[in-house]
Amino acid sequence: MTSLGVRHLLSAADLDRAAATAVLDTATEMAAMSGREVKKLPTLRGRTVVNLFYEDSTRTRISFEAAAKRLSADVINFSAKGSSVAKGESLKDTALTLQAMGADAVIVRHPASGAPHRLANWVAGAVINAGDGTHEHPTQALLDAYTMRRHHGRIEGLKVAIVGDVLHSRVARSNVHLLHTLGAHVTLVAPPTLLPVGVTSWPADVSYDLDAVLPNVDVVMMLRVQRERMTDSYFPSQREYARRYGLDAQRVRALPGHAIVMHPGPMNRGMEITPEVADSERSTIVEQVANGVSVRMAVLYHLLGGAK
Amino acid sequence: MAHRAATNPRSEPVASSDPPVGASGQSNDQALDHSPGKIILRAADLSRIVDRIAHQILEKTGGARDTILLGIPTRGAPLARRLGERIEAFEGIRVPVGTLDVTLYRDDLRLRGTRAIGPTDLPVAGIDGQRVILVDDVLFSGRTIRAALDALADLGRPRQVQLAVLVDRGHRELPIRADYVGKNIPTAMDESVRVLLAEVDGTDEVRIVGQPQGRGQA
Repeated sequence: MTSLGVRHLLSAADLDRAAATAVLDTATEMAAMSGREVKKLPTLRGRTVVNLFYEDSTRTRISFEAAAKRLSADVINFSAKGSSVAKGESLKDTALTLQAMGADAVIVRHPASGAPHRLANWVAGAVINAGDGTHEHPTQALLDAYTMRRHHGRIEGLKVAIVGDVLHSRVARSNVHLLHTLGAHVTLVAPPTLLPVGVTSWPADVSYDLDAVLPNVDVVMMLRVQRERMTDSYFPSQREYARRYGLDAQRVRALPGHAIVMHPGPMNRGMEITPEVADSERSTIVEQVANGVSVRMAVLYHLLGGAK
Repeated sequence: MAHRAATNPRSEPVASSDPPVGASGQSNDQALDHSPGKIILRAADLSRIVDRIAHQILEKTGGARDTILLGIPTRGAPLARRLGERIEAFEGIRVPVGTLDVTLYRDDLRLRGTRAIGPTDLPVAGIDGQRVILVDDVLFSGRTIRAALDALADLGRPRQVQLAVLVDRGHRELPIRADYVGKNIPTAMDESVRVLLAEVDGTDEVRIVGQPQGRGQA
């Protein structure tokens, strides 16, 4: 068993408070490393990390690759396009291939919710969920928590609004789990059509009115409207959505002075967030990307650094 | 700081033969006060030793110019601060003091599992061209210092690296020796040396414990 008490990171709910805090604390030390002249540590020398991506991704894949390389692991990038997956190979056969190659960790992104859980049964190494369908994206939640802690000095007691396409958002789901574990108070803000069935059982409040929520939050996290997952019409028009649930300069003025604006990226500028707000001093969007590398280094360290 | 002569009666035994204190055999840091074992050094001995090492550093380095003290967490860090304070008290020289965590450079992570990473905090001016004195509580296998040397190489290029330890307990597994040794304590392999410092443990004391302990050794 690893120092986090889990062998894989499949869901943000896998981490209890002590484990999540350990990851954030480790990430703080890892972040200090990125300012050094030699940005490389020997910790995972001789370990092999496979990036198994069945869905397009820029920042998450690069972030994991940078994190693994800074810890001296060997990284194999596997994307479904241009591989035998395009020829119809199943997830299980791919998993067995990776297993035969001796992968110590598999970082998987898959359009099907639950794919990483299946994978964890087939490979001996650690499985890290880098986003599965509309289910979970635990390292995004960890880097978001890390960013909040950096700005506010704590997570316990923070009031966090998560705004937008909660229905399709694995980021929202993982954040709700993790922030609840760490003692923050989450309010989900979305049109009723973009909230999942059963949201009332989540450890979060729900509101349909963004303007009523904004004056009383420490963090506002805007979610990307995931048009590629939208098969129905969930709202009348983009303009209508932006008017009700988009974050513009006027709404930012309603925020308390210390509140930060977050977005997991990639953004639909002009839809859920205006360019003016995205590029403002309140926004931590670029910083979140940098923090992602530190947090993923911490996760790899805890899951791979110790004994098998 | 300036009370050492008055509070250190010469009659105080350096190595006492006190009976074991407490009875639990726990190895976690919080329970150290109650762990059994023989007290080797008490607070007054510890303060004399720190004074002596501070003097030796001043002597050996010709006044501690261009010198940095880097403590290895956990207990090397407060020791380095104490040495810095004593050197300043003796000669009015302010030696930069920092910490160097070596966890990510250890070769035993796979054997013992990962652990929390301590802070690395270098003086702003860096370590290039400086004389770096590594400070740790116990010198044992030498593997911590091996890791520290690797870590230093990634942080810059010191002109010279020296090593100061409070206790040398022998059993080296690598060709490493200390430049400054507080006390040589010959031990058996299955014994363990416990250093308690006020900043971390609430009290100053060095014990030798009979049972092999899982971690915290150097």
